[in-house]
Amino acid sequence: MKHIVKTAALAAAVSLAAGAATVASSSDATAAWKPKKPVEFVIMAGKGGGADRLARFIQGIIKKHKLSALPLVPINKGGGSGAEALRYVKDKQGDPHVIMATLNSYYTTPLRNPGLGVDISSFTPIARLAEDTFQLWVHSDTKIMSVKDYVAAVKTAGAKNWRMGGTGKGQEDSLVTAMLEKAYGIKVTYVPFKGGGTVAKQLIGKHIHSTVNNPSEQIGFWKAGKSRPLATFTPKRLKAFPDVPTFGELGQNLSYFMQRSVVAPGGIPADAASYYVDLFDKVYKSEDWQNYLSSKGLLPGWLTGKALQDYFVKEREAHRKLLMAMGEIK
Amino acid sequence: MEILGLLLEGFAVALQPINLALIVAGCIAGLFIGAMPGLGSVNGVAILLPMTFLVPPTSAIIFLGSLYYGAMYGGAISSIMLGIPGASTAVATTFDGRPMALQGKADRALVAAATASFVGGTISVVLFTLFAPPLADFALAFGPPEEFALLLLAFATFIGLGGDDIPKTLFSIFIGLMFSAVGLDIVSGDPRLIFLDLPGFYHGINFLVLAIGIYGIGEILWTVETTRGEMVVSRAAVTIRGVVRALTDLRHNIRSMLMGSFLGYFVGILPAAGATPGSLMAYGVARTMSKHPETYGKGNVDGVVAPESANNAASTGSMLPMLTLGIPGSPTTAILLGGMVIWGLEPGPMLFIEHKEFVWGLIASLYAANLFALLINIAFIPAFLMVLRMPFTILAPVIFILCVVGGYAPTQDMHDVWLMLIFGVMGYLMRKLDYPLAPAVLAIVLGPLAEASVRQSLIMAHGSFGIFFDRPISAIIMAIAIALFAWPVLIAIRRRLRA
Amino acid sequence: MRRAELVMALFMAAFSLYIMWKSTELPVGWIEGEGPGGGAFPFWLAAGMLVCCGWIVLRWARRQSPPSRSDEPYMDKTALRVFAVGAGSLLVMIGLMHIVGVYVVIPLYLIFYMRGIGHHAWSVTAPLAVAMPVATFLFFEIALKITLPKGYTEPAFYPLYELLL
Repeated sequence: MKHIVKTAALAAAVSLAAGAATVASSSDATAAWKPKKPVEFVIMAGKGGGADRLARFIQGIIKKHKLSALPLVPINKGGGSGAEALRYVKDKQGDPHVIMATLNSYYTTPLRNPGLGVDISSFTPIARLAEDTFQLWVHSDTKIMSVKDYVAAVKTAGAKNWRMGGTGKGQEDSLVTAMLEKAYGIKVTYVPFKGGGTVAKQLIGKHIHSTVNNPSEQIGFWKAGKSRPLATFTPKRLKAFPDVPTFGELGQNLSYFMQRSVVAPGGIPADAASYYVDLFDKVYKSEDWQNYLSSKGLLPGWLTGKALQDYFVKEREAHRKLLMAMGEIK
Repeated sequence: MEILGLLLEGFAVALQPINLALIVAGCIAGLFIGAMPGLGSVNGVAILLPMTFLVPPTSAIIFLGSLYYGAMYGGAISSIMLGIPGASTAVATTFDGRPMALQGKADRALVAAATASFVGGTISVVLFTLFAPPLADFALAFGPPEEFALLLLAFATFIGLGGDDIPKTLFSIFIGLMFSAVGLDIVSGDPRLIFLDLPGFYHGINFLVLAIGIYGIGEILWTVETTRGEMVVSRAAVTIRGVVRALTDLRHNIRSMLMGSFLGYFVGILPAAGATPGSLMAYGVARTMSKHPETYGKGNVDGVVAPESANNAASTGSMLPMLTLGIPGSPTTAILLGGMVIWGLEPGPMLFIEHKEFVWGLIASLYAANLFALLINIAFIPAFLMVLRMPFTILAPVIFILCVVGGYAPTQDMHDVWLMLIFGVMGYLMRKLDYPLAPAVLAIVLGPLAEASVRQSLIMAHGSFGIFFDRPISAIIMAIAIALFAWPVLIAIRRRLRA
Repeated sequence: MRRAELVMALFMAAFSLYIMWKSTELPVGWIEGEGPGGGAFPFWLAAGMLVCCGWIVLRWARRQSPPSRSDEPYMDKTALRVFAVGAGSLLVMIGLMHIVGVYVVIPLYLIFYMRGIGHHAWSVTAPLAVAMPVATFLFFEIALKITLPKGYTEPAFYPLYELLL
């Protein structure tokens, strides 16, 4: 065993040297509070998914620009559509060394699982970094060029033969699909998959007929001419897709966003909260982040403090209505 | 010949001193992370991803690609030496690797694993170089019905793996599948089987928790008891001649190596499958094809060679859909994909056109990484064997500690450590009563994929099982799987008719 | 051995029933046009477990399986002692991890096992008891950035983070 220990120590020492060389002392002295140990960056989703990628991207920006003296350590707690993460952060009440990256399951999971005992308005809001958008996608081999064609095609095929792929039931994709069905008086067969990336692949492989992917999940295929966006679920057209109309332009006021925010447990010291707001302000203003937003079709949307908490509460109510209309909750 | 030119350019990138240094560093880091029970390539790549922000993208992917490979080599080490699969990709390696170590042939098993990994890795990189784009289209043809058919085939190749006690073997499969259902019901999005309302069950029962519990804690307790705590695991002496002899003896196993390499590669390129089903199927196929299937599980070198060549081949294979389609073929490539986004690259069909130096630099570095991983691995074998010669009263507590820390690391939740202890104790008590436990471990690995794909298929077909037979690829795989299931039954019937 | 075989089968049968009951929180039947409901897989798997347990009991009654024919004790005195020490020490170790953390538990456990069970000299035990937590810390916390549980000893590590991260 000694050899393993020795060699492991050696390997650790080598990486340690590499690590030490990269971590320079932090330059900011604006906030009074500073983390005393590595900060747990809880992710409400599993490894490799969209939320996970984004969180690791943020971690990368922080590391690259040396924004924090001690590292953020991402921990995936994606179980139960984020139920695990929510419960964890709730139990960490008052612990300033935990923050969480959220997505819309931040609203829907507590609504669907009242037994969790999680009230998101008791958490400390840090910052909203972006709003991800949704588009209606079909394969480029089809003759469907517009939402009008789409509605006609779904009606001809019938609900049984038109497969819409998306993430799990009660999650964003299924909510968007329900909105679409209601607005156009159509019915589709909803097939749930594990993540947005898998959904995108199923469309390109023609196992399903349409998706409501985030632009970032389809953009690679779109550039290669394999898929086609029909319309965007936003009030204004996206910079990355200037030719794709919004549903508003087509006469149906459908819009839905996926928020990408960071929150902390409730009851943390005020100066700790302002430390994180400051940290994420720097992330938000970084060139990397702004480039990412514009090239991947996300909308910038900096919000913090009370405005963010009000936004969360408002969105929770909106989602309560959506879920009730779908019959997912009573 | 365009490919050759591109590949040469790739080598010019891969062989730059900094990249070469990163390949070696990646292989060594991967070897240790892979050898640690509980940590595998997924954790290694995820954890070291932010480090790579400090170097150019091509160097970054070269480092992570080497780490991925190194971890695949390393996974075999804990499977063989400790009998604990360090990652799901190395489960099949324990079946024969562990018995070999107990028979004092740990050196041969380690050499066989390293060489097979090298062969699998190299063949798959060659296949990758030659046929990337057409295979990518093939990967797309796999929807949920095809995935399910493939998983059924993986199960079918394992018929007869358990012991002679049929109800106990079945019980083991059922309980493994049942554990894999804990957590989230992916179709309805509802939590499922949250025992005692413990939040730790929301993330399901990680394969590693069961595997480390059963193979780590349960087996060690068993060993301590049966040997009254006085045993030495292996007395294999390490000599250079022994390593050379082990290498030359491998000529008898070339067939299994080739089979494992090709099979692993093709299973690896299928999205959602990845290296674990690949290595399991390779083991099953080697056993089915063998003239002496009864020697498997008792220290047959082919039983180490087949899965090890397959899991390395599959890890290359799973990079193919990642690079050409932007679709991860395994959890590890999902994270690599995230890395590419961080580096500002757009994975997907345009990558081969827009970022030639990146793609070909990576491919060339995989050739180099294979060679380095093999050399480093063989160089470390004597050190690993020294460990095995230590008294058990030193080894046992160290293994227990590694298990506890390794059980904690993937989810960073003490819940999983407790669960692991329960599995370890139950595994020990059941093992004494001849319950075979390997089927439960296999079931928990393949269960979630199987359930999701069958239910997605049925939703697509509105509840009709016809979907598995309407589609050509699915129908063919289904037919093979059913034939494999029926085979032992047919043989038994024929025997009875004759008697 | 014979009694243990029956007890285990009955215990597992009870466990199967519990899972079947637990599975019914979600629909276990066939949902028209959709296939099996969310609880169906665990429910029928648990049912399968139950059938297997019944089969095991049947074979026990007919003395068909080796353990049901064996008159040897399931655990003799030595086995029971070895098992109790092994599993018990793990239980204590994991329990203590919550309170004093990994880095106190590792040396304690090594000392307990190597001195208490293995009777190794301090000259072997002490270096390992020091080296293992140090190597674990460097490997996990510094190289891999995985924080391990430290319980009440956490503040003692703040200066180390300051220094090494």
